[in-house]
Amino acid sequence: MTLYFLNFVLLIIGLYALVVKRHIVKKILGVAIMEYAVNLFLILLGFRKSGIAPILTEDMDLATFIHTAVDPLPQALVLTSIVIGLGTLALMVAMAIRLYERYGTFDMDEINRLRG
Amino acid sequence: MKKEKQSGMTFIVKTITNLIIGFMLVFGAYIVLYGHITPGGGFPGGVMIALAYILVTLAYGRRVVESMISGVTGSIADDIGALVILILGFIGLYIGGTFLFNFLPKGTPFKLFSAGYIIIYNLAIMLKVGMSLYIVFLALAILQRVVTTRDETKEDKK
Amino acid sequence: MNTLLPLFTAIPICSAVLILIIGKFDKKNFPRIWSLLTSLSLLFILVVVWDKGTIIHEMGGWKPPFGVVLVKDNLSRMMLLIVNVVAFLTIIYSYVYIVKFEDYLRFFTLFLFMLAGMNGVVLTGDLFNLFVFLEIASIASYALVGYGVDAEELEASFKYLILGALASVFILFGIGMIYSITGSVNMADVARFIVENNLGGNNALLMATGLFIVGFGLKAGLVPFHAWLPDAHSSAPAPISVMLSGVLIKVLGIYSLIRIFYSVIGITPVVSYIFITMGVISMLVGAFMGFGQDDMKRMFAFSSISQMGYIAVGIGIGTPLAIIGALFHLLNHAGFKSLLFLSSGAIQTSTGTRNLSELGGLRKKMPVTSATSVIGALSIAGVPPFNGFWSKLIIILAAFSAGYFWLGAILVFTAFLTLAYYLRFQKNVIFGEPTSLLKNVREAPFMMVMPMVVFAVFCLLIGIFNGWIISNIIIPAQGIITNQLGYISSVLGI
Repeated sequence: MTLYFLNFVLLIIGLYALVVKRHIVKKILGVAIMEYAVNLFLILLGFRKSGIAPILTEDMDLATFIHTAVDPLPQALVLTSIVIGLGTLALMVAMAIRLYERYGTFDMDEINRLRG
Repeated sequence: MKKEKQSGMTFIVKTITNLIIGFMLVFGAYIVLYGHITPGGGFPGGVMIALAYILVTLAYGRRVVESMISGVTGSIADDIGALVILILGFIGLYIGGTFLFNFLPKGTPFKLFSAGYIIIYNLAIMLKVGMSLYIVFLALAILQRVVTTRDETKEDKK
Repeated sequence: MNTLLPLFTAIPICSAVLILIIGKFDKKNFPRIWSLLTSLSLLFILVVVWDKGTIIHEMGGWKPPFGVVLVKDNLSRMMLLIVNVVAFLTIIYSYVYIVKFEDYLRFFTLFLFMLAGMNGVVLTGDLFNLFVFLEIASIASYALVGYGVDAEELEASFKYLILGALASVFILFGIGMIYSITGSVNMADVARFIVENNLGGNNALLMATGLFIVGFGLKAGLVPFHAWLPDAHSSAPAPISVMLSGVLIKVLGIYSLIRIFYSVIGITPVVSYIFITMGVISMLVGAFMGFGQDDMKRMFAFSSISQMGYIAVGIGIGTPLAIIGALFHLLNHAGFKSLLFLSSGAIQTSTGTRNLSELGGLRKKMPVTSATSVIGALSIAGVPPFNGFWSKLIIILAAFSAGYFWLGAILVFTAFLTLAYYLRFQKNVIFGEPTSLLKNVREAPFMMVMPMVVFAVFCLLIGIFNGWIISNIIIPAQGIITNQLGYISSVLGI
């Protein structure tokens, strides 16, 4: 339970950086922190203390396998979500550089030609 | 001074890069080829191979690495990786009736040539991921250069 | 027959990759013609699978709930129709429009990725797969909004990107929550677990509900979460505005909300009230903000928020009649809002401006564009022979028959507001005297006018043959939505 709570705190830190900070790079870091908090949450769902790898071989008993193996599905999900996060992050960084090129600043309060 | 900056980092960094670059590529290839029996696979292996090229970019500068793999070549290799995955899917659709059906013989577990098409699949993912990451880094490096040169001209005007 | 389902996502991705390779050597014609052929082939496949009932495709031969399944039922069928028809006409429109950007390659590649993502979202029967396809469509749309790389476009794109990433995080968190309770990410299996164990008031499920409402609400642009929508819609190139407003916010937002809350989690009174409240606020805020806009595309964007509010209210009321109204309005909105955004693109290309104060008297200079945009404006304002009238009428009747009298009154009031600001648009742009700037304006090229005429004819025909459309397309889709157990048994085969 403590782990889940700390995980939630990490998510809130990311949200704080995203909402409160004005610097574009800090906002991007906030998004990255939130993504990692969610990935960590998914990994925690499949975590089991001193668990074994989820490969069922012929010499293994099914009942003990079920009670000791970790859940493989969240790991697969997290791998996919990390790849997606990487794509989003690359796009965000490229766009931040382009924005700096156009506006000459990283401050989100000065990038306000549109009214929202 | 400026010319030296263009051609990369110091002698120490270049030597270390020369020493470890081969190991990085070999380890990446190992991770890809044994992805179906040990932890790893196309994505981590591809990232390692991309990191090897990114290391060369950092140590020697963009020119050197572009003479090894240019942006266009990397982009085409990247597309071919994606195309191979799709073709595997279509072959599965044709043979087994479902998309991405595993149509190759499965073999015995824990041997190199087992698990059907997973090994081809991992190689295609390696091509896709490795080249995409490399191109993303290259593109960001080009953008970065534009920004810094703009800043320098601004300061000159002042 | 079920081997055709993966082609809806595989063909656009395959074409996008081919365009990236071959387009390096033939930069101009290949991307345009090839993407047109791709979209046409998707329409052809849709015609083949149209009448075949519920089709299940198990990816890789893995049975549900273990593998990813693609499900084509009557609701997916309707959404596929909207997505692919709008995409086809938009690609025809882009054939000439895109000339001014001089980069055909990446535009059509990203466009096809967005199309593949949306087809995937509509077809998938797996929560995590829905997230993946949603991200494919979203990332392509972030890049397309900032396609012109001018300062305003990049700013809009960055705002959209930040809020979209936030929405994705929330959706993934919600999926994790669902997985933690049910141990499955297959939609039908999750629904079966929730129904069998009667988990209606479970705390983790409530949290997942909240996360999904925020996440998909952000994607749909409903009011507390609408900040990105006017900027993104008005800054994007006109074909992309059409895709964003005509299909993207519906597929990623409204369709996902319908599928998750009606078919998977099960709708509860609290969620209904949240939908109705968000819908009412969206309607009013969108309509009032629409009045104050001078920029034509911003006005259309706020009107999109307002019309999304109608659909959300219809879903929230939840009676079969209300859902029929909501789905019919969704179909109609895809038609007339695409028409209006295409018209705004044509007007901008011909006159060089899209400010209402600088335009006027286009009736004589651009007769076809004027006629189509008048039809679009009358349709969205709910004038009787056109399609918008019937869907709004059904939603209002459903509100009254379900006992929500104040809600019915607000719906009628908003319909009049919509009529008022679209009359302002007509007065300032189509009628009146041309300003001195517009002396040499000529009609837009044929390839841009043709899709607009087709959309206008759709608006008129759907309005006239509304009974046929409702009984053949809308009511089967409504039957899927209100029958949760039917969805579970048809996917899992029990």
